[in-house]
Amino acid sequence: MESTVLNKTDDRIIQIESPLLSIDRLSVSYGGNKFSITDVSAGIQKNKITAIMGPSGCGKSTLLRAINRMHELYPETHHKGSISLGGEDIYKINPIELRRKIGMVFQRPNPFPTMSIYDNVIAAYILNGIKLKRSEKDEIVERSLREVGLWDETKDALHKKGTFLSGGQQQRLCIARALAYTPEVILLDEPTSALDPIATAKIEDLLVKLKKDYTIILVTHNMGQAARISDHSMFMYLGELVEYGRTKNMFTTPKDERTEAYLTGKFG
Amino acid sequence: MNTTNSISNQKLKWRVFNDKLFSIVMMTLAFISAVPLLSILYQLVKKGYKQVRLSFFIEVAPDTMQAMMAKANHEIIPGGIANGIVGTLIIVGMASLIAIPLGLLTGVYLSESSKGKMANIVRFVVDMLQGVPSIVLGVIAYIWVVKPLTSGFSALAGSVALSIMMLPSIIRSTEETLKMIPPTLKEAALSLGVPYYKTILKVLLPTGMSGISTGIILGISRIAGETAPLMLTALGSSAINLDITQPSSAIPLLVWEFYNDPNLVNLIWGASLVLLLIIFLLNIVAKTISKKWKVQY
Ligand SMILES: Nc1ncnc2c1ncn2[C@@H]1O[C@H](COP(=O)(O)OP(=O)(O)OP(=O)(O)O)[C@@H](O)[C@H]1O
Ligand SMILES: [Mg+2]
Repeated sequence: MESTVLNKTDDRIIQIESPLLSIDRLSVSYGGNKFSITDVSAGIQKNKITAIMGPSGCGKSTLLRAINRMHELYPETHHKGSISLGGEDIYKINPIELRRKIGMVFQRPNPFPTMSIYDNVIAAYILNGIKLKRSEKDEIVERSLREVGLWDETKDALHKKGTFLSGGQQQRLCIARALAYTPEVILLDEPTSALDPIATAKIEDLLVKLKKDYTIILVTHNMGQAARISDHSMFMYLGELVEYGRTKNMFTTPKDERTEAYLTGKFG
Repeated sequence: MNTTNSISNQKLKWRVFNDKLFSIVMMTLAFISAVPLLSILYQLVKKGYKQVRLSFFIEVAPDTMQAMMAKANHEIIPGGIANGIVGTLIIVGMASLIAIPLGLLTGVYLSESSKGKMANIVRFVVDMLQGVPSIVLGVIAYIWVVKPLTSGFSALAGSVALSIMMLPSIIRSTEETLKMIPPTLKEAALSLGVPYYKTILKVLLPTGMSGISTGIILGISRIAGETAPLMLTALGSSAINLDITQPSSAIPLLVWEFYNDPNLVNLIWGASLVLLLIIFLLNIVAKTISKKWKVQY
């Protein structure tokens, strides 16, 4: 109880000026009185990569999925507190609208197995029944695949199934699928944990490039990854946001002993 | 040393022998279980192939007099089973039209709400339905359709009986297939802002297409040969009948009629052969679909 009061005031949580997303005293439960995250407050800065770290089960995915309201998939969920995107309460936006603004990439690459590479990129338009001209489609597909560095590898195989690609390519295809819908924010939940080091490095380079146009929130188990590519880092523990700061500061001089213990490998 | 070595050698020989014995027994058993099928096929082809000419498919079943005359002149019995073929197509087609949407929806419901109390009840009912004797379904269709709806025997009543019979296999295969699809696929669609019902229709069902259509076709092949429920519902008809509110023939009904008429009894073989071939064909189509349309996640 005491620590949550401290949370609001102490210097373990940085204050972001005019954040794009602002999370305000958010608690999320999957049912009953047990909350998987409690009283999380944080601002997310535009055009930055924000990493969320912490040991397994600490609520990283829960926090991430609250941002595009994917946790509502489970019927028993309820929450306290609020999240706003550009000043607008996300719980007042239709989730379908919201997810157009906030794209998501998952742990395992999940291209639609019945669709070609081409259709996978524009899947959001196809599945939502948004009609596009042939030239518009071609343009979106090329732009999105170029953005993720997949165009040269796939331009001659656009009509092959997306599942023929390698794991790393599939994951970049999934990022392209999210980008094609021109979101403002991209949420990634351990996007490289199923990939080899080379494919991981490619995705990391890609994310750094993408932050120019998008705001990126990345859940990662890999501290090296957070240190390499993120601007801001959150450390969560047992559902609580323990520390949130500039990545450089947090990795060199963590302010909370739990953060320090985690970063030095004492647990997690 | 020497003694242990020779013992293990003997053991080894014994094992090799055992392995051989085992595979021989297996092969014999497999062969034995294939014997009835092969002998049925042999009988049907041997006795029926002469009847299966073009006229067998385009002419209706002969009556007793015609058959008796032909027999007296040592000719092949004239006529065919066109009324049965058309009837089977209509009855089975309509049964599919009723059962497929209903079965798909129920299957989707069961896979989506796998834990709910209501889902468990539905699942239990479906299991029970699987065990209901087909003649009982005929009685039910008689009560539901023959009496109140078509005020008499009708193809529609037959379709209703058969559609109930098809339901469990469609529901189960839909449910099982959808459950195999990784949940991340559904999440991918939802995270793109695709509404729930569109996610089901445009992502899950197409992805499970192979398994679901295999289930449907096997369901169709299961009902195509049903006789008992049709006796209480479609009844039979000596002419081709396209009006679904009127009695209709079907291939298995014709087989039954032929069996009961000493002059027509020889037509059993041809009619059964056609029925069996249709069912084989359906099974081959189902196999091909489940292979060809297989989706790789
Ligand atoms: N669908 C669910 N129903 C009930 N409880 C859940 C559900 N999903 C997660 N939880 C619980 O919420 C807590 C936080 O889970 P969450 O998945 O957010 O952790 P995480 O930090 O992402 O872990 P990991 O690193 O293993 O992915 C855990 O205690 C977990 O058991
Ligand atoms: Mg997680």
